[in-house]
Amino acid sequence: MSRIADTFARRRAEGRKLLVSFFTAGDPNPDVTVPLMHEVVKAGVDIIELGVPFSDPMAEGPVIQAACERALRHKVNLPRVLDMVRAFRQQNRHTPVVLMGYANPVEAMGYERFAEAAAGAGVDGVITVDLPPEEGEELNRALIGRGIDPILLVAPTTKPERLQRICAAARGFIYYVSLKGVTGAPTLDVGDVAAKVQEIRKSTDLPIGVGFGIRDADSAAAVARVADAVVVGSALVRLVEQHQDDTYKLREAMADLVADLRRAIDTIEPVGA
Amino acid sequence: MSKASDDAAGVDFSQYPDARGHFGIYGGRFVAETLSAALDELEAAYKRFRNDPDFIAELDHDLQHYVGRPSPLYYAERLTAALGGAKIFLKREDLNHTGAHKINNTVGQALLAKRMGKTRVIAETGAGQHGVATATVAARFGMKCVVYMGAEDVQRQSPNVFRMKLLGAEVVPVTAGTRTLKDAMNEALRDWVTNVDDTFYIIGTVAGPHPYPLMVRDFQAVIGREAKRQLLAATGRLPDALIACVGGGSNAIGLFHPFLEDRQVALYGVEAAGAGIETGRHAAPLAAGKPGVLHGNRTYLMSDEDGQILGTHSISAGLDYPGVGPEHALLKDLGRATYVCISDEEALEAFETLTRLEGIIPALESSHAVAYAMKLAPTMRKDQIIVVNLSGRGDKDINTIARMKGIDL
Ligand SMILES: Cc1ncc(COP(=O)(O)O)c(C=O)c1O
Repeated sequence: MSRIADTFARRRAEGRKLLVSFFTAGDPNPDVTVPLMHEVVKAGVDIIELGVPFSDPMAEGPVIQAACERALRHKVNLPRVLDMVRAFRQQNRHTPVVLMGYANPVEAMGYERFAEAAAGAGVDGVITVDLPPEEGEELNRALIGRGIDPILLVAPTTKPERLQRICAAARGFIYYVSLKGVTGAPTLDVGDVAAKVQEIRKSTDLPIGVGFGIRDADSAAAVARVADAVVVGSALVRLVEQHQDDTYKLREAMADLVADLRRAIDTIEPVGA
Repeated sequence: MSKASDDAAGVDFSQYPDARGHFGIYGGRFVAETLSAALDELEAAYKRFRNDPDFIAELDHDLQHYVGRPSPLYYAERLTAALGGAKIFLKREDLNHTGAHKINNTVGQALLAKRMGKTRVIAETGAGQHGVATATVAARFGMKCVVYMGAEDVQRQSPNVFRMKLLGAEVVPVTAGTRTLKDAMNEALRDWVTNVDDTFYIIGTVAGPHPYPLMVRDFQAVIGREAKRQLLAATGRLPDALIACVGGGSNAIGLFHPFLEDRQVALYGVEAAGAGIETGRHAAPLAAGKPGVLHGNRTYLMSDEDGQILGTHSISAGLDYPGVGPEHALLKDLGRATYVCISDEEALEAFETLTRLEGIIPALESSHAVAYAMKLAPTMRKDQIIVVNLSGRGDKDINTIARMKGIDL
């Protein structure tokens, strides 16, 4: 069983939901990333999503755009992100790592070369934001061939017939983008999320993670009631921005927020479980 | 003069794009999932209306009475004489309402937006010509309009910023990334993702996800259809060469497309060499870039070995874009069109030459096409014919020119 499937199965057996953290690799500098990965795992994160910096992150709000710019100032590229994963894996063999990024850096490296290098580094899943299933067949085949899950996005605007196609191509889990907007947007309607998650469940047995717009313990708990995993990104990256000059404070603040989120999603009343 | 290569010889160009918007390996729809439904909706609406007699009649009416079409095909006699070679004709898109070819497309997309019931339009702009053309049609149709513009372009194209505001548009300066056209396009895409229900994104060139490269090309192809008819009427023959500047590539594909099957007509797209290709400070993805994915399509891009998009430079804001429409990428690979470069300096010289010899002040973008005509014409016979797309007028650029000359306006 893959690390991702295994992690979901383990949590499900415990009756708990997963916490997924997102931050950008190399932000605020490349030395911080691996320690930060260990820190958030210690504080309660189940899956690490690592943002691959891109010069033109079209789906990101201002917070993650700035994170990309900080990382790019250190010339953090895809091979260096894979080095970070490899370093993390030397001490952690059980926490899944998912890369989230855009198509062009992967195109520049080449699909096969990327899939091979990512598998070698210990990457478990890949989200390519601007690669819908129609355009992603070749990359997804290369990833699956190396045992890596292509994780696909579903949006509030996704129509039923597309949903089928996405679910058929996806592995690992479905990433439901909880709102119409960019990362970090303030408008999350949990009622809408619940309805859409119900709809997605009819098309797939894969677990469903929900991200975009989850910023604190309350919204995390609300989403945990309906989804299998809660993805928190901009709220963590905002801490990186705030404490970019003080690594110690940054690790502390990240650990505190993660612990808060963990507590919130672990104390929900199970719904229909 | 280079002719279409053998690769293009047997190609039926009407097969492009395919049903999913691919021009060979280029084009397509590389967008975040939230936009897929909006693009499906747009594609369905466009498919329905592009052959709808009422839509076509309304578009033709507006092109004639609002834009001022057909634009003249003008024989530049003094320029021709000065160069001593092929006859040069100028397709006068500079005489359109708002002063550039951009309005051909915004009129078309606004009519479509109206039929789709959208009440708000957004646009990205570089030189400000597309922003002005969008603000103009938005005013006419009573739609709310927001234009995204790189902070650097807001400065160097200030007259157009003021025009947009006069027309009632909100102009949002974009300070992310390189603060130019590509960043404005990112921001417009972010707006669209957020306001996808009531908003129509009017893209200003033949780039972006399918169906934009197809739709914008169709709306701009009026340039080439008219030019063909006008030249046949004036001279009884087809041109030997067409020349157009290439930013995203809309004025160029607009001129080229109706001639693609006329293999004897050589096609030249002119990219901005900026300070020189060798300096890296240019905007010439076809000449010096490689294929990649940006802004919803696969095409030639200026990017580094890590796949990060590079900053561009051109004296003309409208050519300052690191990508190019996917159909041009295909035409390059097939050898059907030839892509060449003109530097800032050469464009400025052409700007002055045309202004003094013909009394026509060209846009700095169009000056790149004129500059290449000045190189090509002397190598051709006097009975041969070149058509240059004069995509816009230069009034917007007088501040830039004055600054180059050290004059304070
Ligand atoms: C006058 C003029 N010509 C050309 C261009 C370049 O665009 P395209 O290559 O899409 O024609 C612009 C863009 O702003 C322009 O204003």
